[in-house]
Amino acid sequence: MSLKDRSLQWLEHRTGLETAVRNFLYEQIPASSGWHQVFGSVALFLFLTQAFTGALLAFNYAPTPGDAYNSLRYIMAEVTAGRLIHGLHHWGASMMIVVVVLHMTQVFLYGGYKKPREATWMVGVVLLLLTLAYGLTGYLLPWDNRAYWGTVVTTQIAAKAPGLGPYLVRLLGSQGEIGVVTFARFYGMHVLLLPPATALLIMIHVYLVRKHGVAPVPGDEIRPLKKFYPQQVFRDTVAIFVAFAILFVMAIVAHVPLEQLADPTDTTYIPRPEWYFLFLFQTLKLMQGPLEVFGAVVLPALAILTLIVIPFVDRGPIRRVAQRTFAAGLVVLAAIGWAGLTYAAVVTTPKQPIAAEIDFSQPTDWLQLSPVEMAGIGYFREENCASCHTASGGKPAIGPDLTNSGIRKSATWMLQHFKKPAAMVPGSAMPAIQLSDAQLNTLAAFLLKLNPRNAEALQSAPQFAVDGALVYQKNQCGSCHMVNGVGVKLGPPLNGLKRRRTEDWVDRHFKNPQALSPHSIMPQYKFESSEKQNIIAYLFVLPD
Amino acid sequence: MKIVQQLDNVETAPELSRRRFYLGFIYGLWGLITAALAAPALVYLLLPPKVRRESGWIEAGDVSALQPKVPVEMVFRRNRVDGWKISSEKQTAWVVKLSGQNVVAFGPQCTHLGCAYHWDETKSEFLCPCHSSVFSVDGNVVSGPAPRPLDRYETRIDNGKLMLGALHDSTDQPA
Repeated sequence: MSLKDRSLQWLEHRTGLETAVRNFLYEQIPASSGWHQVFGSVALFLFLTQAFTGALLAFNYAPTPGDAYNSLRYIMAEVTAGRLIHGLHHWGASMMIVVVVLHMTQVFLYGGYKKPREATWMVGVVLLLLTLAYGLTGYLLPWDNRAYWGTVVTTQIAAKAPGLGPYLVRLLGSQGEIGVVTFARFYGMHVLLLPPATALLIMIHVYLVRKHGVAPVPGDEIRPLKKFYPQQVFRDTVAIFVAFAILFVMAIVAHVPLEQLADPTDTTYIPRPEWYFLFLFQTLKLMQGPLEVFGAVVLPALAILTLIVIPFVDRGPIRRVAQRTFAAGLVVLAAIGWAGLTYAAVVTTPKQPIAAEIDFSQPTDWLQLSPVEMAGIGYFREENCASCHTASGGKPAIGPDLTNSGIRKSATWMLQHFKKPAAMVPGSAMPAIQLSDAQLNTLAAFLLKLNPRNAEALQSAPQFAVDGALVYQKNQCGSCHMVNGVGVKLGPPLNGLKRRRTEDWVDRHFKNPQALSPHSIMPQYKFESSEKQNIIAYLFVLPD
Repeated sequence: MKIVQQLDNVETAPELSRRRFYLGFIYGLWGLITAALAAPALVYLLLPPKVRRESGWIEAGDVSALQPKVPVEMVFRRNRVDGWKISSEKQTAWVVKLSGQNVVAFGPQCTHLGCAYHWDETKSEFLCPCHSSVFSVDGNVVSGPAPRPLDRYETRIDNGKLMLGALHDSTDQPA
């Protein structure tokens, strides 16, 4: 006997491992088993992947409101492969919901919950609820505006539960406000309570599936049983691989943004739940006043109850899936209802304030720049300076690196150099820059201040903000207003404008300042619509 | 073993080749999935994060008052990048003027196990209290278990102020 055989025999004798694997793989399944039964395995795989990527995230994540945001930003922006791991976990959560629902739909369509498989189904419903609970608790953990405001809504819905409301609120740790206690409870649920509960229920679920066998269809009783391995294992594997490939591509391609740090005083933010909760959210919007409690608590509770009691309502003998038209109709109705509500929620969502669209996992040093510097970035981009010059390292280019202080001269020197490059630097191949003196001044002002820190902004500053700063400079707003400490304090400083005014107010104020602030000496401004959009967007992302 | 043999006996040639096809896919796809999860995980755990710019040169103190070969412990603050946190920390360096303009600054920890050493004026040596490592005034090991000379900061003198850069060990590796 070879060493391998002897080792296996030893292992088998001591642990029974081989028999166990054999029993598992050579399970007898009905002849009708096929591709439609792969979703359970995919869901199990996704759960394990979530546990794995979640543990990896926990290695670099600090679960307190003081640190959560910065540590997640660190994972996304600095840790090698951190963005990928975070992307896998983020999209894996959505995918898990999709697959669990597909799994349930398949079982429902085939009537797989019928006697004696009622318990299997009911455990499955609880697993669905646990999956949703992960989504709900995980949503808060980035501790950005989206997380914070989404959870504010969640806890307020919980507070509406008849009778239980106050206790639920206390359980969620949110007496009036969401803070450290709620955060700790959500994190505790997400990583300490839910995973073992899910693992236990999955074990029970799988045990029940094995105990009762895979649900047969009519006709299976006269056909010979087949084995789980290798054909069905092959199908499960292919399905798992397809799901994983989609997940992996999404994690790389679909950018998960991080919004600004949770700000409980931000009154402009429009909270929205994750996409799979939008239908509930929309249901709630449709039910105002006394109906609200009904929509928020009673209806979802009834829906869950309905799911649980399905096996006891539909007790007829197993039938072919093609004959289960009523069940199919229900599925179609549910799908239409869900899609309609979700669609309505999406189209009625007002445009988020522009600040909500900045990705804070990217460098945001540009927020601290003065409008002159931002406009300088605008000219730098317009004139394509980056095609010949680097700033802050990178691969060597034709022109000198602009953060190199050795090439710094006075502003007048730079102005002349811009107009006639070769006159100031003999042999320079740089073309003359076709901009007005004021514009060249702005460009020179920015380049003179360039250092490795603000050079990042050359790439990271979003175009709308740069364009807005250009409008700001062109109209010399800085001769009466201050931004980031630069300018004149004749008019009100513009940082924190978003707290004081709405975008609409600012728009009307541009057209006729005196109509809104009677003693203002501000002249009227008639902007083109794109100019107006950019200047307002820029003013509304300025830090406080 | 018996089951496999029994199965093999009843399987015909096309069934066998189909079985091989299934097995190939099962092992191949699981291999791909495992690799696609394990590789990023290893990179994530083992590779250092992207370097963030730490504050470069730090002013430690005045060098004009230094007596030749008399080390002085200078205290300064430096921003330390610790994961997602940047904290301002108190750090010290033992600064000694070896000759003329040759000023060196030693990291404050013994190269053996990292204890804080001190300057013994009577013996004119650096003494580590933990395991009795002894270093000479120029940082070389005189006796004891220390494996290498004291670590040194990069130094520069600007207008009589000592500026400190990164800390390196004697083999010029970042310590």
